[in-house]
Amino acid sequence: MSNNLIEIRGVSKHFPDHPVLHNINLEIRNGEFLTLLGPSGCGKTTLLRLISGFEEPSSGAIYLDGKDIAGIPPHQRHVNTVFQSYALFPHMDVFDNVAFGLRCKGIAKDEVEQRVHEVLRMVKLDTFLRRKPHQLSGGQQQRVAIARAVINKPLVLLLDEPLSSLDYRLRKTMQIELKQLQKQLGITFIFVTHDQEEALSMSDRVVVMHDGEIQQIGTPRQVYEEPDNLQVAKFIGEVNIFETKVLAADDKQLQVEIEGKLFTLKNRRKYKAEQTLYTLVRPEDLQVWSPSEVNDTETMFSAVVEEVIYKGCTVDLMLRLMSGKRLAATQFFNEDDEKLDFLLGEAVWVHWIPGWEVILPHEA
Amino acid sequence: MNRLTRIAYLAVVYLFFYFPIGVLIVYSFNNASYSLLWHGFTLNWYKELLSDTDLQSVAWHSLSVGILAATIATMLGTLTAVSLYRYRFKGKKLLHGMIFVMIVSPDIVMAISLLILFSTLKAPLGFWTLLLSHVTFCMPFVAVTVYSRIAGLDKNIFEAAKDLGASDFTILLRVIIPLLWPAILAGWLLSFTLSLDDVIISFFVTGPDFDILPLKIFSMVKLGVKPEINALCSVMFALTLLIVLIAQLVLRKKQ
Repeated sequence: MSNNLIEIRGVSKHFPDHPVLHNINLEIRNGEFLTLLGPSGCGKTTLLRLISGFEEPSSGAIYLDGKDIAGIPPHQRHVNTVFQSYALFPHMDVFDNVAFGLRCKGIAKDEVEQRVHEVLRMVKLDTFLRRKPHQLSGGQQQRVAIARAVINKPLVLLLDEPLSSLDYRLRKTMQIELKQLQKQLGITFIFVTHDQEEALSMSDRVVVMHDGEIQQIGTPRQVYEEPDNLQVAKFIGEVNIFETKVLAADDKQLQVEIEGKLFTLKNRRKYKAEQTLYTLVRPEDLQVWSPSEVNDTETMFSAVVEEVIYKGCTVDLMLRLMSGKRLAATQFFNEDDEKLDFLLGEAVWVHWIPGWEVILPHEA
Repeated sequence: MNRLTRIAYLAVVYLFFYFPIGVLIVYSFNNASYSLLWHGFTLNWYKELLSDTDLQSVAWHSLSVGILAATIATMLGTLTAVSLYRYRFKGKKLLHGMIFVMIVSPDIVMAISLLILFSTLKAPLGFWTLLLSHVTFCMPFVAVTVYSRIAGLDKNIFEAAKDLGASDFTILLRVIIPLLWPAILAGWLLSFTLSLDDVIISFFVTGPDFDILPLKIFSMVKLGVKPEINALCSVMFALTLLIVLIAQLVLRKKQ
């Protein structure tokens, strides 16, 4: 028996008017925090609903704990969901909301009482037993929704954008709490979000989805630093994309031309000469210098500062190259650059440290 | 000036609504048989009402048909609304449309069609045909009232209940009915009122041995409005007011 808790094999889902998921293959390990990340309409919520049983796949199979779960209705699957809208029962107080699942299973009154108290203590709501949902704040409602789901000790907890209606600060706090809760419970979490920052900071593994297909599966670091394709790179974080002509290539190195300048880059993916590629550089990997600070401008681009956005810990710049191409560059304060004073219209030199770029093939 | 017009306007509206009822109640205490002039206060008409066993049994007929019809229509209408909202099935759109057709179709059309149905089935006109007819015309009103409430609820609530292990029956009992309670109560009250004062349909579908209040009053006023009828209507008005008040109290407690 492998330690895959869920195996999704060749699952597709079509709704009458449009296809939603194409041939999804995914293994979810026991105890991991997995995030489905993608823009709205990419099918991530549908995938979640296939696991919870609210939808059935058009083809393919889903195995939960080794068993094919086709045809098993949601209330008989050992899986619980935290809904985006929380979906608390408005006519019941906190205690009754949380106790609902246990009561449905006909568990004895004493045990229900004990377990509800236990789980509410865990989410720090043990003093709110008799409040109705509308008397709670968004964050508290969120916790009730989580408590109501985890009290059933599911094999997997499915979370459908559970933090999206909270304000920024609360969302940050809840991210940490959720992560701690997951470690404490040891339950597998499948978390759906369109917020890439959330996905990166919470997950063990991230599944990037687009247009009903999985684009990449990997650790947060992998999907951010080594995106498999442009779609992933563009969706996760900001990125500058340069059209790149390969002049010569061998096993180790590429001679390329970018924006009229010649570069020698590592050939990690065995590209050939004459190919057109994309070179991707993250804004934080671009360095911006004023002309007086540099001597050798061989591998630098000349640019003009178009916009300066001061963000406290960083300064974000919008630059325009001679060719008209716009670049985003994020500059950090450090001992070399204490001021980061850039003027609008100022001429600067831009460059990145070779090796920090990602090179991807042209996509059809 | 502005304030004054507003108060005056409101007064006129209320006067328009309640002046006729006020007159009716006042005249039920008038010590004269057929006069529009005030002849002094009396409770005679109420005493007469109390001793009129014929009228009492007719009132009891109306009340029992009203309560039964409202209750059955509320159950059927609620289930209709719930299934329209929760399930996908063949003919769903048709059913939804037909409910509105039932509401807007003229009473006389429904009356005649029910009469034709009953006579084809050779059903003797009386309590059962009357009850069935009242359930028929009340049900769409309940369905619409309940549906408008259920449509305003978060659909995820029902999925959450299911996700937590509740069967469809548990969901109906523990989630849907408690949440729809105000609409169900409103539907019942609406049905009860509709049933209690229906003349047209009842006229066609009831038999001579099962008389009901509206029809009885209708036949009585052909001979002139007796103050006894004023008294009867006053009692009915008081009763309605009481039911509405109770409903309000129950709903406020729920909040």
